[in-house]
Order: sequence, then C-alpha cells, then structure tokens
Amino acid sequence: MIAHSVFFYIFSLIAIVSAVMVTVSKNTVHSVFFLILDFISISCLFIMVGAEFLGMIMLIVYVGAVAVLFLFVVMMLNVAEQKGQWFSSRWDGGTHIPVGLLVSLIIFFELIIVIGGWKYKPDLLNSLSLNISTEVTNTRSIGNVLYTDYILLFQISGMILLVAMIGAIVLTYRERAGVKRQSYVKQISRERDEGVDLVEAERNKGVKIDA
Amino acid sequence: MDSYFSILFTEVYKILFLLVPVLVSVAMIVWLDRRVWAFVQKRRGPNVVGPFGLFQSLADALKYIFKEIIIPASSNKLVFVLAPVVTMTLALISWAVIPFSEDFVLADINVGILYLFAVSSLGVYGIIMGGWASNSKYPFLGAIRSAAQMVSYEVSIGVIIINVLLCVGSLNLSDIVLAQQNLWFVIPLFPMFVIFFISALAETNRPPFDLPEAEAELVAGYQTEYSGMMYAMFWLGEYANILLMCAMGAVLFLGGWLSPIDIFPFNAIPGPFWLIFKILFLFILFALVKATVPRYRYDQLMKLGWKIFLPFSLFYVVLTSSFLLYFDLLPGK
Repeated sequence: MIAHSVFFYIFSLIAIVSAVMVTVSKNTVHSVFFLILDFISISCLFIMVGAEFLGMIMLIVYVGAVAVLFLFVVMMLNVAEQKGQWFSSRWDGGTHIPVGLLVSLIIFFELIIVIGGWKYKPDLLNSLSLNISTEVTNTRSIGNVLYTDYILLFQISGMILLVAMIGAIVLTYRERAGVKRQSYVKQISRERDEGVDLVEAERNKGVKIDA
Repeated sequence: MDSYFSILFTEVYKILFLLVPVLVSVAMIVWLDRRVWAFVQKRRGPNVVGPFGLFQSLADALKYIFKEIIIPASSNKLVFVLAPVVTMTLALISWAVIPFSEDFVLADINVGILYLFAVSSLGVYGIIMGGWASNSKYPFLGAIRSAAQMVSYEVSIGVIIINVLLCVGSLNLSDIVLAQQNLWFVIPLFPMFVIFFISALAETNRPPFDLPEAEAELVAGYQTEYSGMMYAMFWLGEYANILLMCAMGAVLFLGGWLSPIDIFPFNAIPGPFWLIFKILFLFILFALVKATVPRYRYDQLMKLGWKIFLPFSLFYVVLTSSFLLYFDLLPGK
C-alpha cells in the first residue's frame, strides 16, 4: 500500500497546487494550462479509487473538449489590454469583485450544506451509494443505473443540453451579405449551354462582357 | 520493499521492450512513407544510405541531433520547450494498451479503448502549446486550425468506436479482438471502417487534411519556429500517432492479432506478426493516400467532418443497435 499512498499524495499535491495556480498566475493562458493539469491529476485520482470509467470520461470530456474551447477563447481575447484591470481599476464601469464574492459565498454555503449533511446524517451516504460488486466493471454498473432508474433524468439533461446548444447557435448566428457558398448540386448540374455562349464578335470592336 | 523494486524493474523492462521497437519502427516507417510516396510518383526516394536507403531515418536523426536548437527570443520559453515533449509522450504512452497477442499486452485495462481515445484527444495540446508559445502568426494560425480539425474529427471517431463497442459489449481491447474471431468487424461495419480511416487521416494531420502545416500558406504551421531535436520530436510524435491510429484500426476492424483464416499455415504465425502486418497494410494505405490526393479546403474539411461523417455514423449507430436488438445478438446478456 506504500506505493499507492505515495502516488495518491503526488497526484493530490499536483491537483491542489495547480488549482491554486489557476487563480494566481498572471498569464491567462497559463491558468488554462494549469486547469488542464488539475483535470488530469484529478482523473488520475479517480482511476486510483477504481472509478476508471469516470476518470477516462473526465479526460475525454473536460480535457479533450472543454479545455480546448477555454484555450480558444482565452487565446482569442486580447488579454494584453485587460492586464491588471480586472480587479484593481474600472472595467466596463465596475470591478468584478462583488460578483466574485457572491459566487464564492454561494459555493461556500453549498459546501457547508453538503458536509453538514454528512455530519448529521451518517446513514445518508450509505443509502445513496450503490452496492459495488467487484465482478461487474464500473462501466457496466454505471450503465445499469443510468439507463434504468435514471433514464428520464438522463434524457431530460440531454434535451436541455441540445436546447442550450441550439440557443447558442441562434444567438450568435448572423447572416452576412455577399458570402460565396459552394453548392455541389449547382456545380454539377451546370450544362454546356449555360456556361458557353457563342457570340459573333464585331471587327475592331470586340465583345463587351458584363459580369 | 524488495517486491516493489522487483515489480518496478520488471515493469520498466517490459516498457522498454515495447517502446524501443516502437521508436525504431517509427524511424523505419518514415523511410517507408517516403519510399512509397516516391514510387507512386515514379521517383526513387531515399535509396543511398544503407541497403535500399534503410538507414536514411537514422542519418536524418543524427543530423537533427547535431543541429542547434533555436528558441525564439519572444517565445514563451517553458511552454515552447514543453510542447514537443508533450506530443512525443502522448504518442508513446498510448501504446501501453495495444494488445499484440492474447498475453502480450503491457496494461490490459478494462477501459482500454477509452484510454486510447482520451490520450489521442490530449494530443491536440502539444500542437496548441507549440503554436501559441512560438508567439508568431503562422504557428498560431496552424495551431488553431489543427485544434479545430482534431476536435471535430474526434467526435466522429468516438461515434464509430461506439458502433464497434455495440458489437463487443466490452471496452477492453483484448475483448474487442476476441469478439472478431468469427467475423472481422470490417465486414459488417465496412462503411464505418472507411469513415474511421478518413477520420484517422484528419486526426493525425495527414494529407489530404494537412492544413495545419500547409506549406503553401502557413510555411510549416505550428512547427515553423522549431529546429533541431525539438522539430524531430514533433515529427517522431506525429509518425508514432499515425502508427497508433493504424494499430487502432487493426484492433477495431481487422481483428488485431488474429489470423485471417484459422487453418494451419496461417495460424502458425504468432499473433504479434499478424498485428504488425495489418498495421503495415493500413500504413501503406495512408502513404498511398498522401501520394494521390490533393489537399482539402478548410471549409470542405469542416463540412465533411460535421455534416457528412457525424450524421452518417450516428445513423449507423442506430442501424447497428436496431439490427443487434432485432436479431437478439446483443452481447453481454
């Protein structure tokens, strides 16, 4: 068990340090890289607990997709202009400190409620946790629960995500004039008669072509 | 404590036993790629160093090692140096789960295919880091293009993997191979195999999808500022990824280490050789595509990924699952 605990402490140390670095580091892109490191070490912790499926899904979804989008957004923003203005001076007519404080207070109270629940109802965790058998892989056991007992919630959350996605597309879509689009059907169905025109050219005058 | 060290040493030995052949074959595969490419175009290709030019890659590697590594003054130095390291590491660690035969696999984990998928989705970071840290326009554009491309094609690869998993009922790579004992998945899932092959081309930034390093527009894309050994590491990582994609295709569709027919002269050849033959077959297809097909335009690339491959593979998931359900063939009951 020594090796196990050594690895546990290594991964948790990396996770905590990088989580702190996400908020502390001045360069926004560096923060995103630390966030990725945090995700990776947390998924390593998941795997060490035996929740291999969760760990891998965490890697695929958060690191492989979500963090790439974060990086995109952060790289596209003009970070140099905003440097040092987020907290100290005015930015769009106000600082972000009140909102940040509010959010962190809400999260703090949520944590208190959750941990308080464990403390005053010791049997809460047992009734919630499932019977884990070692014969069935945890991919299969998650599937067994997710697609039977919680199928409705699962489908509803999928629908909500779909609606959110469509909403985002509708909000950001704007039709621009003068965009040239390629239409394969149009290209293929073009006949010789439409494309080629035989013109009797007059001597010394040529033919005027209008576009 | 002794047992820990013995476990450690056997594991390190096993890892070296896997990684050294992989690295050597990456070098050889670069030679093969150039050679096939040359033959298609009626050229000779590298044929000077060693017999048939076999040691060309070795000579190239020596050249890269002795070249000076230039780190641009305005670059983000730590990230700049980390980027090729990340690419190379990610390309190599995924080999841990590839099963070469029934008992010859480094890590026979339950979620092997998810691990492969996760590691290949991490591969985009080497490119983004390299492009961003170079602090120059061409690398940045190349990195952005590459990231968008890899994320898009990962989606369709994921859906294709679901198709295979529906027929297997397990995420373990050895189980996936063993499920193909009677029928390789390339036959019932042939359209998926084709789409997987094309998506693998896009995922590894190979022609015709090599827009991230399109030399006519972006010099060398994300690798523009790299030189010497760091450039070589990007290069090796890229080819290791290509080999890995071929291995993935061989395991998912071509029956991994299994012989094509289970009769005497074929099943006497040990499993690892069959896997290597299949990887080589897929790789030569990769090389032929590189030699014959012109580069895609970027909007065509995105259209192919999102509007054609994704809907079609989703439709095929529905088709496969309804077929399995109707004929009561669902595995793992």
